[in-house]
Amino acid sequence: MEITKDNLEKESSEKAFGYTPGLLVKKEALVRKTRLLPLPGDVLVEKGEKVDFETSVARTVIPGKPLFVKAADILGIKNEDLPPFMVKHVGDTIEKEEIIAKYTPFFGLIKKFVKSPANGVIESISDATGDIVIREPPVSVHVKAYIPGRTIEIIPRMGVIIETHASFIQGIFGIGGERHGELVMAVESIDDELTEEKICSNHKGKILVGGSQITLNALRKAEKQDVCGIIVGGVRGTVLENFLGYKLGVAITGYEDINTTLIVTEGFGKMNMSKSSFNLLKEFEGCEVAINGATQIRAGVIRPEIIIPQEKYFSGVGEMSSQGMRPGALVRITSDPYFGKIGEVINLPVNLQEIETKSKVRVVEVKTDGGNIIVPRANIEIVES
Amino acid sequence: MREKEQSTIKTNKKEESLKYILASDIGSTTTKTRLFTKINGQWRYMVSGESPTTVEAPYENVIIGLKNAVREIEELTGLEILSDESTIIKMHLNGTPARGVDFFCTTSSAGGGLQMMVGGVIKTITAESAQKAALGAGAIVMDTIAIDDGKADYEKIEKIRLLRPDMILLAGGTDGGTTELVMEIAEIITAAEPKARLGANYDLPLIFAGNKEVRPMIANLMGDKFALSFVDNLRPILEVENIEPARSSIHELFMEHVMSHAPGYQELMKLTDLDIMPTPAGEGIAMQLIASIERKNIIGVGLGGATTNVYSIFDGRFVRSVSANLGMSYSICNVMKETGVKNIMRWVPFDIDEDALVDTMMNKMIRPTTIPFTLKSLLLEHAIAREAIKLGLEHHKTLASRLKGMKTRQKMIGDIMELTLKETYIDMMNCDIIVGTGGLLSHAPNRAQSLLIMIDAFQPEGITKLYQDSVFMMPHLGVLSTVYPKIAWNIFDKDCLVRLGSVIAPVGTAKQGEHVVNITLVMPNNIIFEKEIQFGEIIRVPLPEGLKAKAVISPESNFNIGNGPGMKLETTIEGGVVGVVIDVRGRPLILSENSDWKRTLVKWFNSLNVYPIDFINEL
Repeated sequence: MEITKDNLEKESSEKAFGYTPGLLVKKEALVRKTRLLPLPGDVLVEKGEKVDFETSVARTVIPGKPLFVKAADILGIKNEDLPPFMVKHVGDTIEKEEIIAKYTPFFGLIKKFVKSPANGVIESISDATGDIVIREPPVSVHVKAYIPGRTIEIIPRMGVIIETHASFIQGIFGIGGERHGELVMAVESIDDELTEEKICSNHKGKILVGGSQITLNALRKAEKQDVCGIIVGGVRGTVLENFLGYKLGVAITGYEDINTTLIVTEGFGKMNMSKSSFNLLKEFEGCEVAINGATQIRAGVIRPEIIIPQEKYFSGVGEMSSQGMRPGALVRITSDPYFGKIGEVINLPVNLQEIETKSKVRVVEVKTDGGNIIVPRANIEIVES
Repeated sequence: MREKEQSTIKTNKKEESLKYILASDIGSTTTKTRLFTKINGQWRYMVSGESPTTVEAPYENVIIGLKNAVREIEELTGLEILSDESTIIKMHLNGTPARGVDFFCTTSSAGGGLQMMVGGVIKTITAESAQKAALGAGAIVMDTIAIDDGKADYEKIEKIRLLRPDMILLAGGTDGGTTELVMEIAEIITAAEPKARLGANYDLPLIFAGNKEVRPMIANLMGDKFALSFVDNLRPILEVENIEPARSSIHELFMEHVMSHAPGYQELMKLTDLDIMPTPAGEGIAMQLIASIERKNIIGVGLGGATTNVYSIFDGRFVRSVSANLGMSYSICNVMKETGVKNIMRWVPFDIDEDALVDTMMNKMIRPTTIPFTLKSLLLEHAIAREAIKLGLEHHKTLASRLKGMKTRQKMIGDIMELTLKETYIDMMNCDIIVGTGGLLSHAPNRAQSLLIMIDAFQPEGITKLYQDSVFMMPHLGVLSTVYPKIAWNIFDKDCLVRLGSVIAPVGTAKQGEHVVNITLVMPNNIIFEKEIQFGEIIRVPLPEGLKAKAVISPESNFNIGNGPGMKLETTIEGGVVGVVIDVRGRPLILSENSDWKRTLVKWFNSLNVYPIDFINEL
């Protein structure tokens, strides 16, 4: 599932200016996910095969950790003298506490041994450093389908591409990895706060939808109750830092050691969830959905996502493409004092205009509920629906 | 000693045959194109085009952003630069003047630039030299490992496995020196099996620049696991640091291995007439150009979205530092994390609660291409910029230091680890010029804003000139200067370097309101400016660019303006678009947290007319 590069290139050649693509909110979309192993291994499904959230589609083994044992130091010998005192050799399988080298000078009166710190295999014996490298047993890694659908392509030894018809929502920021669960509306409107009172033991394993923000106590309670995920419009930055126990430096997430994945759809602070996202989630309350909070706002942008797989086939739905910034496009303003406002592009003046800071920048005129406003082009996002 | 940059020029056009030159910088956030042309026989900057960089998904092709930026230039000039196939047209010698350009070159830091890991035996000796070589080549150093870095072997391995560098530089040992410790670090790297950032389909480049006698063992250990190359030892003897061979090798490998795997760069490499250069390398050349023409000591800063690059040329010695996670968009929260919210708040002249400040910065981090729309948001960004530059300078000083390990014989590792020779030679009293570039400084709506940001962050001492990149084109001119130095300097001098002015800053502290200095400035029209200045004041005296004033500066006995405490200085002061700034707020500049503090800030801002006074007074 990607916005297609062909479409973008074609579109970009038709328009005068680039723009920052907005977050996708699609009721009907053809979603494709590429599921890859970290290292080559075995693909476990066939092309065309039906898969579910938990289906294992590929597996591999990744080499275990290397452990360094300063054998020459332990034996009290020169580094270059180590090889003759080895009991085990390169390639030998060894167990924890097993003797791998020994030195018994003075007719055995002094006995010195080197024992293995772990189960594994001897990878190398260095007469330069006097170290032995023991490689722990390999670790088996499985890649799951993550979304139900069909495998449309096999990538030999690496993984598969899975396709499904689904509703699709992109968040702006998230924490926590891939999970799936039943969608439950925990609030009634886009401006409701998700507080701890609204979370109960019945929500274990569920994905809760909040409104404008989630409190710190609610986040903590959700994790304690094993809530699978939370989707909410905003969260205070300090709430997030307190929940994680550390400050974020850059927006690269997804590997946090937490039980509950959090997806923020609008931004930091109290921010009403966009109506289109909220209504779409409400429409599919009770459905099993896949979510991923992984975010990377740097080389190779990754945004958090909510995928609501659909039984029915959407006829005529192709791969998702972007509408581009042009008159009539729906946009979200992404800076104060209009942060979060949604409106329609009515004019894209070519000439630079002076803004409050006295900078001269390219602007866009947007029609909103509160009237027409001028904002820098850099400060809007296309609402891709 | 000026750093030599190796560039491969693909065309052989003489200067006289050129009419239009297009240069770009493909930054982590924005692709910035600049068009240069001959006007009345002089090479000048003509126009800019900018567009979001498209290295990321869903585009994953830098060419799209480049074309968008070039299209802006087409719209603004009426020139036809892109062909129907949207490749950049190269104008032939007999071509139509209204079509195409004659020469195209670019720098790039998109996708995180060149990211390296370096290793050595001793952290402050060979590992530090390796770090300098990598930074000198314009790389971001993701991590430095050494025998004495305080990490256990398994921690080193974990770290290496997590990182996905573009390249590794391994040093260690003098020639004929330690073998064992070099091999120990090499074995750790080999065991960790690091993978290249831009794909698993090619071997990770590793440059060995250590004890040359260890090369056969390194080849045996690492030869089939890495794209291994050998260069001369960075520290052949402890008293010598030989960075150039490693630095050149990094540039070659950057083109061969890294750029060729980045999205869209294969096509970009075909379009350019010159090898693509990392942005910090282009910026560094431009800084050196100023130092060599002016024959002065310089400190420069490139304040970017993802990184803060600091350059110094002191007594001919060039040092570059790249602080990888200090920047004004992608890395803005890291600045907040490193310096603390309180330090940022000290530069903000209005009330804002800490939670709101954190939210604002985190929103900038997740939407890095947004620009300040309100004056309050501009003031917040300027506050963070001060702290980012301060942190970048602190980092820089750790590298701009005397060569370590010189006064010792290499005995036991423990002895070497005892060395305590770390001391920077960066002395702000000996810094003649401060230069600023990067989006925030170049695009500041008022030049006095960037001047004050640099004064507050660098805290110049004595007499210092301040320059600024007009519209952010120092990297462009840096790369261009490697083949057309005269053209580059002409544009640099006339259109790029904005002479902001000079700052007079006596060193010392006193109580608020105590007399510090008497200053007499004899202006070019013989009008005399004479003033007794008290502690805590900062004032601006207009003196236009290109003009000079004779100055007599008489400090009190506890203040030094360059000739020693209490000693008078007679000198010539150069003007600029802001003028002469007399900064008697003390050195070091101590910021208060008392309730009157915001009023003091407002007084400073208004004294230099930095922000609209009506707005500031309403805060």
